[in-house]
Amino acid sequence: MRDVFVKALLSHAHADKRVMLITGDLGFGVLTNYAKELPAQFINAGVAEQNMTGLASGLALEGRNVFTYSIANFPTLRCLEQIRNDVLYHEASVNVVAIGGGFSYGALGMSHHATEDVGILRTLPGLRVLAPCDETETVALVEQMITNPAPTYLRLDKSKAVAVDAETFVPGKLRLMRRGATVAMVGYGGIIADALAAADLLDAVGIDCAVFSAHTLKPFDSESLIKLATDYDFIVTIEEHVPIGGLGSLAADTFLDAGVMPRRFARLCLPDAYSSIVGSQEYLRMRHSLDAASIATRVRNLFES
Amino acid sequence: MQDTVELARRIRRHAVEMTHLGKSSHVGSVLSMADIIAVLYGQVMRLDPANPHWVGRDRFILSKGHAGAGIYAALAECGFFAIEKLRTHYQDGSDLSGHVSHKGIPGVEFSTGSLGHGLPVATGMAKAGKLDGAKHRIFVVLSDGECDEGSNWEAVLFAAHHKLSNLVVVVDFNKIQSLAPVAETMALEPFADKWLSFGWDVREVDGHDHGALTSALSTRSGDETRPLCVLAHTTKGKGVSFMENSVLWHYRTPQGDEYVAACLELDLNRGGGHA
Repeated sequence: MRDVFVKALLSHAHADKRVMLITGDLGFGVLTNYAKELPAQFINAGVAEQNMTGLASGLALEGRNVFTYSIANFPTLRCLEQIRNDVLYHEASVNVVAIGGGFSYGALGMSHHATEDVGILRTLPGLRVLAPCDETETVALVEQMITNPAPTYLRLDKSKAVAVDAETFVPGKLRLMRRGATVAMVGYGGIIADALAAADLLDAVGIDCAVFSAHTLKPFDSESLIKLATDYDFIVTIEEHVPIGGLGSLAADTFLDAGVMPRRFARLCLPDAYSSIVGSQEYLRMRHSLDAASIATRVRNLFES
Repeated sequence: MQDTVELARRIRRHAVEMTHLGKSSHVGSVLSMADIIAVLYGQVMRLDPANPHWVGRDRFILSKGHAGAGIYAALAECGFFAIEKLRTHYQDGSDLSGHVSHKGIPGVEFSTGSLGHGLPVATGMAKAGKLDGAKHRIFVVLSDGECDEGSNWEAVLFAAHHKLSNLVVVVDFNKIQSLAPVAETMALEPFADKWLSFGWDVREVDGHDHGALTSALSTRSGDETRPLCVLAHTTKGKGVSFMENSVLWHYRTPQGDEYVAACLELDLNRGGGHA
């Protein structure tokens, strides 16, 4: 996903000289080609995320479409007030790109677990929040950030989904990744891969599951989600994120605001806690019952209860 | 070009009235920087009040946003908007907020209020100016207390590394911060040496001497490779005798006899009381 992002951005940056990429001294080996090919559109701001984000705002106010790049919580929480005051209040075209959503850097420890980002950033007025689950969505979302510049948070995951039967990407709309008639699983990011595998497991026991990717968390496709409440018996949100402010919260808010009550509704997510246990993304998903087998078991138990 | 001494007096007079009407704080911070602002707006910066977004304008960011009343006053005096609007400052329904905001206010380049934000943004504007080969300069006014914020020093490193000679910082160095003198809170000295060692040009001036300010702010650094820091030594509360050098007037609002006395003192100085 990271490499696909950088490649897509480089391609656009060649054609659009307003594009600038600023890294907070991260991206070893990944940004080399970009830096070499477009030195005038590249800055390494050093290990200084507050300045990186203020700097990006200043460049954006002078006509640039700026991408700040770092990992996990560094380009977001470390400089949250710069995003709020400098970027958003000024409607500056700054795209905050975080590599390593969720437990992508699981073995590096708590500092590198980006598990509250969506909840925190989604509350900021004027920020577009994007979280692709595969390469198709990553490429499409980068194109959107180029053709329609606006303050944006792009959460990129190390893992990715591979869907054989996915619908074509439509900007802003929930994307059907797998057809099914009874249960609708809605998630974002690489964990969609586990949702798809869980759907196969559930199929084998007679529970027919659809899977949707909510690549655009803000502005959110409320209309499609509300329709799912009519079309499916059970709606389950799945995310590698704490409960507060995540997709489960967002879905509940959406139903509340619309006055709609799904027949059954549940969320699968991380607990409201930090993980001092480390490991690969796959391991930590298993540890938190968010791997494919656990998802299948939990959905079946909830559905049949 | 304006009579900058009279402009500074009028900025002070407006600030006293605005903080009186709004029952708001920070009048001492405005009085402290009034001469710096008057010299920038009345003499040094290239601006067009009829076209606030003119691409060739010099950019100005007040990073010590709590002194926003002073910028609103300067902009109104320079013709960016009607002087009568100043009376709405801090009032219900007004867009003239206590900390400077750009929304709906012609001439305000950037909104601040949380300290340590202005310089990084100005650094981005300066980098863009360099990339574009533009002639304009970017001016930022910081408070001394604000230099406690680490984000400033990130930007100070960046600006020197990128040779942003189109960037000018003016520190309103009045030696008093929110609760106590700077020296007792978080010592900045040797302050000039800090900027020098970070690779900046440094000029130290009397921040109430208009000739010295004009000279320091009008000329670029000699070798065109270094950003410029002007340490403007000022007196907090300058121009109203009983407000000078007092921590109290960071927060106190002029009311009753104190308001009358402050107005009287500033009115007596009409036509140039100090230079």
